[in-house]
Amino acid sequence: MLIKKPSDIPPSEITPEAVYLNRRSFMLGAAGLMLSGETLAALAARKSPLSTSEPLNSLKDITSYNNYYEFGTDKADPAANAGRLKTRPWSVLVDGDVAKPRRFGIEELLKFPQEERIYRLRCVEGWSMVIPWIGFPLASLLKQVEPTGKAKYVAFETLQRPAEMPGQQRRVLDWPYREGLRLDEALHPLTILAVGLYGNPLPNQNGAPIRLVVPWKYGFKSIKSIVRIRLTEQQPLTSWNLAAPDEYGFYSNVNPAVDHPRWSQASERRIGEFFKRKTLPFNGYAEQVAGLYRGMDLRRDF
Amino acid sequence: MISDKTLPSPARARASANPARPASRPLALAKALVFVACLLPLMRTAWIVLNGEAVNPIEFITRSTGTWTLVWLLATLAVTPLRRLADWNVLQRFRRMLGLFAFFYATLHFTTYVWLDQFFDWHAIVKDIAKRPFITVGFAALLLMTPLAVTSTDGWLRRLKRNWGRLHRLVYAVAVLGVTHYWWLVKKDIRQPLIYAAVLTLLLGLRLYWRARAARITAQGKPQA
Repeated sequence: MLIKKPSDIPPSEITPEAVYLNRRSFMLGAAGLMLSGETLAALAARKSPLSTSEPLNSLKDITSYNNYYEFGTDKADPAANAGRLKTRPWSVLVDGDVAKPRRFGIEELLKFPQEERIYRLRCVEGWSMVIPWIGFPLASLLKQVEPTGKAKYVAFETLQRPAEMPGQQRRVLDWPYREGLRLDEALHPLTILAVGLYGNPLPNQNGAPIRLVVPWKYGFKSIKSIVRIRLTEQQPLTSWNLAAPDEYGFYSNVNPAVDHPRWSQASERRIGEFFKRKTLPFNGYAEQVAGLYRGMDLRRDF
Repeated sequence: MISDKTLPSPARARASANPARPASRPLALAKALVFVACLLPLMRTAWIVLNGEAVNPIEFITRSTGTWTLVWLLATLAVTPLRRLADWNVLQRFRRMLGLFAFFYATLHFTTYVWLDQFFDWHAIVKDIAKRPFITVGFAALLLMTPLAVTSTDGWLRRLKRNWGRLHRLVYAVAVLGVTHYWWLVKKDIRQPLIYAAVLTLLLGLRLYWRARAARITAQGKPQA
């Protein structure tokens, strides 16, 4: 597969002031957490040419305005309720149509070479952010389990633990949360498993300890707190598609030309900006990913 | 010193127009308190936004003004049932203010959408109103509220006579459209709109029940043919 790099200049080597300041404020928060017995080590990550150089959203924006229905449906709920979630011990079972199915402990996953990936995130609700994730390509993980020739799709599952995820005590969605990608989408270099943001481990409300990030798709595709990854021959069922099939398709690529039945997707509000900006096809990653969908009718396969 | 006689005649007429409503001191004070109370949600919203505590301030203002429009609408509609059930007639004196506050918050809600959210992108706004059912019903509700706000004065009450009551029955449609507007915009978790819908159903249901009972009594009272 030919992977094109973005034509613009890779992000500056200099840490933007906002990042620096936010790291400081985050470390202050982290110091508080350590007093309560948690240990938070900063994550080592190298920079990536796949990152955008757009200004970052603040750590506060990213960690206090979340859609994570396992902790409640209000955007402030995850930050308020995710503290109860225990992310250790944690493992991810990778099985299905693979030669070497196995369970990966979180410690192993943290040993994959980590990169900083600064991506745009476009929510299906019409807002967007720029987030400095730390993670590694999903492809590196999948390579280790050796998908068989039968494998066409990758299915993901979030933890189901209602005692720690109060939103799961009500059937807002059919728990556990499920997502899926076509195998070529899963193997694309932009697709990562994220374990951190702003240089530190993921806060619970952002999908700790490990989540998917697929930057050219609406945010809900980037499933959080993953416990299982299964390679399949059949297209997997996905939570939002099950909940409202006419509103959320399997692909859910960011597409300004295909409106949500109830609202327009032509523009978006970048959090922190006053004026709306035009939404870009594939969230601005068309150059890298449009080829995956050649010949497909994206109005039908939305 | 200006005596009553020096006032132009319409003003004199206004000054003596309300012999039936002597504004007692406690009532005036209560009205002032309700007035301030109705402004509190707006002040809270402004405080949160100006302090930079809202991550998505425009969405926050939109949601907050929309929520309080519904609250004041339901409060307006609660006045008559409460008067009947609790025999609390003084409530009647607050109904106009509550209704006008519903209209005030609805106007802020719409202005937020047109100005802050869409920034006067009329093409997008017209498309939204025509294409998105939840926006269509919300806009319809605002349109229907407008004549009610305009004719809320004593002058219009007198001028329209019996028709005033007929016109102001539009508030039932406004409330149904308003709750529908909220229901249709929610992505999945309908608990909140359900609460508004339940309260509205109760308030309108009571009216229907009373009306049906009154009709039955009238029918029974008639001599058999």
